[in-house]
Amino acid sequence: MPIELKMPALSPTMEEGTLAKWLVKEGDVVAAGDLLAEIETDKATMEFEAVDEGTIARILVAEGTDEVKVGTVIALIAGEGEDAGAAASAPAAAKEPVAKDGGETGAGQPATPFPSPEVKGHGASPPQEDGAAAPAQAQPKADATDRVKASPLARRLAEQRGVDLASLSGSGPGGRIVKADVDGAAGKVAPPPAGAPSAPAAPAHAAAPSYGVPEIPHEVAKLSNMRKTIARRLTESKQNVPHIYLTVDIRLDALLKLRAELNASLEPRGVKLSVNDLLIKALAAALIEVPECNVQYTGSELITFKRADISVAVSIPNGLITPVIVEADTKPLSRIATEMKDLAGRAREGKLKPEEYQGGTASLSNMGMYGISVFSAVINPPQGMIMAIGAGEKKPWVVEGALQVATMMTATGSFDHRAIDGADGARLMQAFKRLVENPLGMLA
Amino acid sequence: MPDSFDLIILGSGPGGYVAAIRASQLGLKVAIVERERLGGICLNWGCIPTKALLRTSEIYHYLTHASAYGLSAEKPAFDLAKIVERSRKVAGQLNGGVKGLMKKHKVSVVEGEGRLAGKGKLQVGERILEAKHILIATGARARDLPFAKADGQRIWTYRHAMVPEVMPTKLLVIGSGAIGVEFASFYSDMGAEVTIVEMLDRILPVEDADVSAFMHKALTKQGMKIHVSSGVEKLETGPNGVKATLKGGAVEEFSHAIVAIGIVPNTENIGLEALGVKTDRGHIAVDGYGRTNVEGLYAIGDVTGPPWLAHKASHEGVVCVEAIAGRKPHPFETWNIPGCTYSRPQVASVGLTEAKAKEEGRAVKVGKFPFIGNGKAIALGEAEGFVKTVFDAATGELLGAHMVGAEVTELIQGYAIARQLETTEEDLMHTIFPHPTLSEMMHESVLDAYGRAIHY
Repeated sequence: MPIELKMPALSPTMEEGTLAKWLVKEGDVVAAGDLLAEIETDKATMEFEAVDEGTIARILVAEGTDEVKVGTVIALIAGEGEDAGAAASAPAAAKEPVAKDGGETGAGQPATPFPSPEVKGHGASPPQEDGAAAPAQAQPKADATDRVKASPLARRLAEQRGVDLASLSGSGPGGRIVKADVDGAAGKVAPPPAGAPSAPAAPAHAAAPSYGVPEIPHEVAKLSNMRKTIARRLTESKQNVPHIYLTVDIRLDALLKLRAELNASLEPRGVKLSVNDLLIKALAAALIEVPECNVQYTGSELITFKRADISVAVSIPNGLITPVIVEADTKPLSRIATEMKDLAGRAREGKLKPEEYQGGTASLSNMGMYGISVFSAVINPPQGMIMAIGAGEKKPWVVEGALQVATMMTATGSFDHRAIDGADGARLMQAFKRLVENPLGMLA
Repeated sequence: MPDSFDLIILGSGPGGYVAAIRASQLGLKVAIVERERLGGICLNWGCIPTKALLRTSEIYHYLTHASAYGLSAEKPAFDLAKIVERSRKVAGQLNGGVKGLMKKHKVSVVEGEGRLAGKGKLQVGERILEAKHILIATGARARDLPFAKADGQRIWTYRHAMVPEVMPTKLLVIGSGAIGVEFASFYSDMGAEVTIVEMLDRILPVEDADVSAFMHKALTKQGMKIHVSSGVEKLETGPNGVKATLKGGAVEEFSHAIVAIGIVPNTENIGLEALGVKTDRGHIAVDGYGRTNVEGLYAIGDVTGPPWLAHKASHEGVVCVEAIAGRKPHPFETWNIPGCTYSRPQVASVGLTEAKAKEEGRAVKVGKFPFIGNGKAIALGEAEGFVKTVFDAATGELLGAHMVGAEVTELIQGYAIARQLETTEEDLMHTIFPHPTLSEMMHESVLDAYGRAIHY
């Protein structure tokens, strides 16, 4: 049997890496200690040394391949006396235990996970599951994933679905990962589709540690589906998305004045703009101006959107929903106002269609009506940012060295720091501030 | 206050008394209220005394077939009173055992009928017991036919059938669940002419269809008459027996009839209504921790719904009490509760039937191994039966196992453990089963599902 050369774990936390360069080619004879390949991780490029000697029978992963999972068989080495050609034709999935497919081992014995030394490399040895794991053994902590406690069924399901067991927390006895845990995680691994953003597939539950209920008089209510979704998505966001928060103070007087004038002229049409409608427009315009913040991070790609669809947080009985103003950057304010009124009304009645609250390239959450002066919002994945708006309040304000009374509000942007750098976030905040303080700019 | 406890349990069946012991282990001060005998139906009028009776009929069967083993036993006979006496003694011994267990765990036993008297209060006679937590474990009783009440003379429930004063000559068993089939088996082996009537299209309708079909054949071969997709429309008692009108109009006379058509939960007269306790089709509605909609009030076992099994009640009791004591038990789930029927041949199963698995839209791999292919079974003279396994073809998950034949009730837990630990076919194939045992068939059935059975 050929020896399987597996992607090594070059650091304790490494889960995958780039096979940057092969330093050997098929047919090369290698000895222990020879350099085989260069492996690139998120931290460094390292050399991968041979532990076994033999002939490189087959290279299975081409150089330049990204995201090669640790443990993936990357090449086959024919041992001493073995026919490299025959080894090359051996199935790559030889680690699958023999008993599974009803095949026979060479010696007609049940497969044993312990290859006996005298038959090693002589074709009669059972599959060597750990043959190429040797490089990992040089770094004792690297095989930490081997110690994951999981049921056999959970292991198989994880393998079939490409779920990394090490990333799960087990709900079975003693933290054992069981089927339900893998089922719960399965939805998470599918990368978000490129292009139009959409809500990621739903894992069954947001995992929550089970604490006993204290003996205090209480009521128990089953979680609504909306509450489960909120819990899952917010947990997902806070756990997976590194947030940065940028806050600016914004003077509102000009915007309030413009709103009064616009409302006076719109009155015959029965349209009344709210401050929030203007802020939706300002955010959309700012996102077009700073496209670096109108993005989605997919893990392998950065998507930059060509228009700004704004999800607006609307509080409804027992929950929260975010109807979307599509193309807020190009829509007239009057249209934003009428749409928002319609969406919010139907949201409170629970009558929104999925396409009306899914999608959106960024979000706006306004708690000004509750008198909240400043707060930070949780990003609504897979979006890249959310703007949190505080209350407009009259405050002393220094303008050109003189004290004035100004209507001020605070806006705090939360940005996905994987995709958006601090400086770009700051430029978005500046643009937003400028548009609100000089609101004619967003009308043009 | 002497009458104040952490937990009061109403009913001392296998749900209640096990919960009491577990609660005591967790440091709670516990009282258990019982109107009749400690141990409930299971121990006094159910699982245990019937197993004593079935042991008698099994030995009697062997005696009458002694020549098959090279023995001779001349005209075996029995004394019905002594058979019943032994069964009662067994029940009595276990009842005493539970008494001892209650004492050992310092559980206060309160005799009498308990009734909820407001939140956290239970009235027993003149006494008012108080506790933060009250657990209802009142169980269930046999369901009567709407048109003929069991009188204990000619029409029996399980309770009468367990302590017969006369041996029925011609017995009608109405209902072919575990209870009906067990009594049919006992009385048939003791010499009665037995007829089983089942409303659904097969006997033991909750079992896998292959098991039902096998049992139908086996019991018919033993001399029983079986009517499926049938029913009793009228049952009249006379001085010499009962006259039954079957669906379709056929009239037949029997010496006795046993009614085994299901159960009714014991929810009456215990004060549930006043507290506004929610029920679901007559059963108390509870969550995975036995919590009702009323704070501090819990329920477990038969009174909460199917499957109506002692081991389900016990496990629910443990989960419920652990949650009360602030532990973090896994909520009770019903996906892995084995079921057993102690007839001859025996039936045991766990998990999904083949039909149910397919209904769920799964691709399955099915293994089946017959007793005739097992050396131990042949040596025992018990070459009838099979072991069937159902696997998810995609994942190798053991979805269900269904067995019929000698001693299968003692085997099924192997598959229950396999399922609990979420083993796949691979682990089961790698497990070594001792030779010669009936358990080897469990291995072979798994191998067969993957086309690898050795001995058949």
